[in-house]
Amino acid sequence: MSSSAAPMIEMAAVSKWYSPQFQVLKDCTTSVDRGEVVVVCGPSGSGKSTLIKCVNALEPFQAGTIRVDGINLSDPGTNLPKLRARIGMVFQHFELFPHLRITENLCLAQEKVLGRSREEAMAKGRALLDRVGLSEHAEKFPGQLSGGQQQRVAIARALAMDPIAMLFDEPTSALDPEMITEVLDVMVELAREGMTMMVVTHEMGFARKVAHRVVFMDRGEIIEDRSKDEFFGSPRSDRAQLFLSKILSH
Amino acid sequence: MFQFDFDIILKTLPYLLKEGMVFTLTLTALAAFGGLVLGTVLALMRLSTLPGLALFATGYVNLMRSLPLVLVIFWFYFLVPYIGQAILRTERPVEVGAFASALITFTLFEAAYFSEIMRAGIQSVPKGQLSAGYALGLTYRQVMSYVVVPQALRNMLPVILTQTIVLFQDTSLVYVISITDFLGAASKVAQRDGRLIEMYIFAAFVYFLISFLASLLVRRLQARTAIIR
Repeated sequence: MSSSAAPMIEMAAVSKWYSPQFQVLKDCTTSVDRGEVVVVCGPSGSGKSTLIKCVNALEPFQAGTIRVDGINLSDPGTNLPKLRARIGMVFQHFELFPHLRITENLCLAQEKVLGRSREEAMAKGRALLDRVGLSEHAEKFPGQLSGGQQQRVAIARALAMDPIAMLFDEPTSALDPEMITEVLDVMVELAREGMTMMVVTHEMGFARKVAHRVVFMDRGEIIEDRSKDEFFGSPRSDRAQLFLSKILSH
Repeated sequence: MFQFDFDIILKTLPYLLKEGMVFTLTLTALAAFGGLVLGTVLALMRLSTLPGLALFATGYVNLMRSLPLVLVIFWFYFLVPYIGQAILRTERPVEVGAFASALITFTLFEAAYFSEIMRAGIQSVPKGQLSAGYALGLTYRQVMSYVVVPQALRNMLPVILTQTIVLFQDTSLVYVISITDFLGAASKVAQRDGRLIEMYIFAAFVYFLISFLASLLVRRLQARTAIIR
């Protein structure tokens, strides 16, 4: 049963192997409370993207449990599509559907998954498009938009499903520097409105601004899981210190 | 001295077009459509994680691609009535018209080729697209129907149409089961009036013209339907 006191996302001793020799996630335990913003960072190849993809079961894992809103992902009775529909996800490479117009990208899952009428889906889509400042691009195809614009559409597409939490998998890593801000602005606004967010990112400025907690990963392990101020103020592990010194050196 | 007789072509043109070309084009269009639908299903089966489905589809495709088309046409023409009899438990072999038989044959045969095209098309859709579909709560079936197959079709449209042009030419093989397609009609006139040279040159010209124009069109279309990335 879900209760408002329980965390939105709960991971307990999650482990994943690509092969018997190669373990990508080692006993990862963490949680995201309702309304909390958790930033996951770490060097590339540390397993942070894999970890976040486990949260909506896009990646299978072999050991441990993940609960989202109290629902156990590994429970055979869990309707994964139904659960995923309630968790928004934003990808590094946007992944808008290139053969569909922006409006159709926004409406597809609303209609097919939530059973909303075209009018309803359209109204919702347009309102969100307006919110991310892209109303005038409604009838274009994704390929006609810049990377930053596409990523804002992708956020709007996820929000159109009225998600209970949002997952961001390196949402600004594929963007040109001048487009990063426009995407981060949308995310900051979302965080301030109280959306539950789990964000894999290297944008430490974003983390400092809105994160409540920072999870630091290295080689498939969660090395640090602490409040933002503690993490940036006095990271305990050598690896986190090294990472921060590298990423913040200029 | 041989005299090329244009008159015979002009005189028999209505017959050639109405009897022959209409049949050829109908068979081509229906078989291409059926083959594409069935081919897409086969491609999805082949890419499925269920080993039974994949094995069946692979076997089917390999079998069809290893047999000469003429043989398959013959085979189905004589066998389908008995298969029908076995399934429907009738006393006599089920009468299947020559057209139905030809249509079934070409659909089944083309499906093997279209399935390979669609398999390549489906695999050309980036994995992230599937993830995005699943993340929105779409089911496997919905991801395939709304996200993957439409993109695969678009990516593969030039190849699909080129294969259809080949099919258009191949439909002339129905002569082996005595169906009057365009070539059959031309052939009939040629035999009846002893005008072999005129009729076969004319038939060749028509096939060339249609195929050539169609391939020009494909090239045009290719530029227009490409997905903007």
